[in-house]
Amino acid sequence: MGAKYLSGCAAAAEAVRLADVDVIAAYPITPQTAIMEHISKFIANGELRAHMIHVESEHSAMSACIGAELVGARAFTASSSQGLALMHECLFFASGLRLPIVMAVANRSIASPVTIFADHKDSLAQRDCGWIQYYTENVQEILDMILIAYRVSENEKVLLPSMVCFDGFFLSHLSERVDVPELNCIKDFLPELRPKYPTLDIENPKVINVMAFPEFFEEFEFDKHYSMQSSKKVINESFEDFWGISGRKYGLIETYQTETAEMVLVGMGSMMGTALEAVKRLRKKGVEIGLVNIRVYNPFPFQEIVDAVKDTAIVGVMDRDISYGSGGIVFQNVLLGLYNKPNPPPVLNFIVGLGGRDVTLGTIEKIVGTMEKVRREDRVEKDIIWPDLNTELIKAWKIGD
Amino acid sequence: MWLGGKMTDEISYYLHPWIKNRPITAWLPPGYSRINKTGANRYQRPEIDDEKCTKCGICWICCPEGAIGRGKKFTIDYEYCRGCGICLEECPLKAIRMIKEV
Repeated sequence: MGAKYLSGCAAAAEAVRLADVDVIAAYPITPQTAIMEHISKFIANGELRAHMIHVESEHSAMSACIGAELVGARAFTASSSQGLALMHECLFFASGLRLPIVMAVANRSIASPVTIFADHKDSLAQRDCGWIQYYTENVQEILDMILIAYRVSENEKVLLPSMVCFDGFFLSHLSERVDVPELNCIKDFLPELRPKYPTLDIENPKVINVMAFPEFFEEFEFDKHYSMQSSKKVINESFEDFWGISGRKYGLIETYQTETAEMVLVGMGSMMGTALEAVKRLRKKGVEIGLVNIRVYNPFPFQEIVDAVKDTAIVGVMDRDISYGSGGIVFQNVLLGLYNKPNPPPVLNFIVGLGGRDVTLGTIEKIVGTMEKVRREDRVEKDIIWPDLNTELIKAWKIGD
Repeated sequence: MWLGGKMTDEISYYLHPWIKNRPITAWLPPGYSRINKTGANRYQRPEIDDEKCTKCGICWICCPEGAIGRGKKFTIDYEYCRGCGICLEECPLKAIRMIKEV
């Protein structure tokens, strides 16, 4: 293993080099652009034998990747925000054709108002496209998750594409010490792609992507649903195997002292590093608090989260996203997991860090303060809380009653 | 049986490759519409007037289903003709006329 000082984008490019990707197609968008710059450098230096396709939009980028995977080449793309939204149509084609494409998503919020800064709204808006979604907390995890994502996606029990999401600028432009695995130990972990799905082949011609009439369509949908559900097992196995070669252990969720916690914070993305530090400090002060970091959002680890939080007195879900009128998207999924379970704890939703607003130790302390208050009073007044909202501005804008 | 939006004969349904094996993605072997008779959902039928026809072959090129046959006389395979009327539109001599079937 070699330690390198890499930014998030450079780490993603390193992972592409290690995965020996054959075709890369992408269109630049802040904060993803640097990934493609690094990959171009690898190709120019002869460190990666791949074909870089320069396309005119994200829609074409995903289409090019679909074409590449259909002839059995390993493909990679990266996007963000508006670009990901433009890709939306092709995302369904990629999952419907069961092509194991891996995409790096440098999370950036979606306009309007225009922003280039991080939140999870862009990738969570693509939740129902049939893509596996990994969320990362630091730069090392970006590299690891891309390698794991290829292995999981190419498994014949899964055959669904993957998104590796990392917060734009917070991770994409942050440089950290990263352990880059040796190419030969990745070769065993991620062997050459031998397609287990129908491919375009001159010897064995076929018509791909034909129409399915009502008597078949529902079965195709069930196939994808079942594969997504059963991919949990494959993901766990791949995490185990990766642990073996790298010494870094991952899980569908990662917990911190939830067994002895009265209160549990749930969240995902780069803010969980701050949250962990805050929780450690609060633990020193004697606050019985635990942490659940969601690593894999899709397939959602319902059972794992329920097991982690079922014995606690109160759960707080931090959402770096918002579904207008309904609250946080992760919050809704956590509620879904707790539904029909005996004596579920009350769940509060905290909307934080939208459009790149910093989630600080102070934010987490405010959140924990609110949770303690609700627990003391044993009464939930409001379940969707915006702890960092500038209330003076909201008053000046005359929003609300 | 339901296939291609129309009732077709049961034999073609049982020949459908998705009945037996999981296709993974929606794909079919080439030439599958030979089994799937595309003429089944036609409501009008073109007819060639052999006296006017000069066998220029424009209709043969333009037919999207490949249902027009070249020979001593030009013929139409009504098992596959969808009745779209492109041949009628393209024929420079107006040697094709359309007959309503319903």
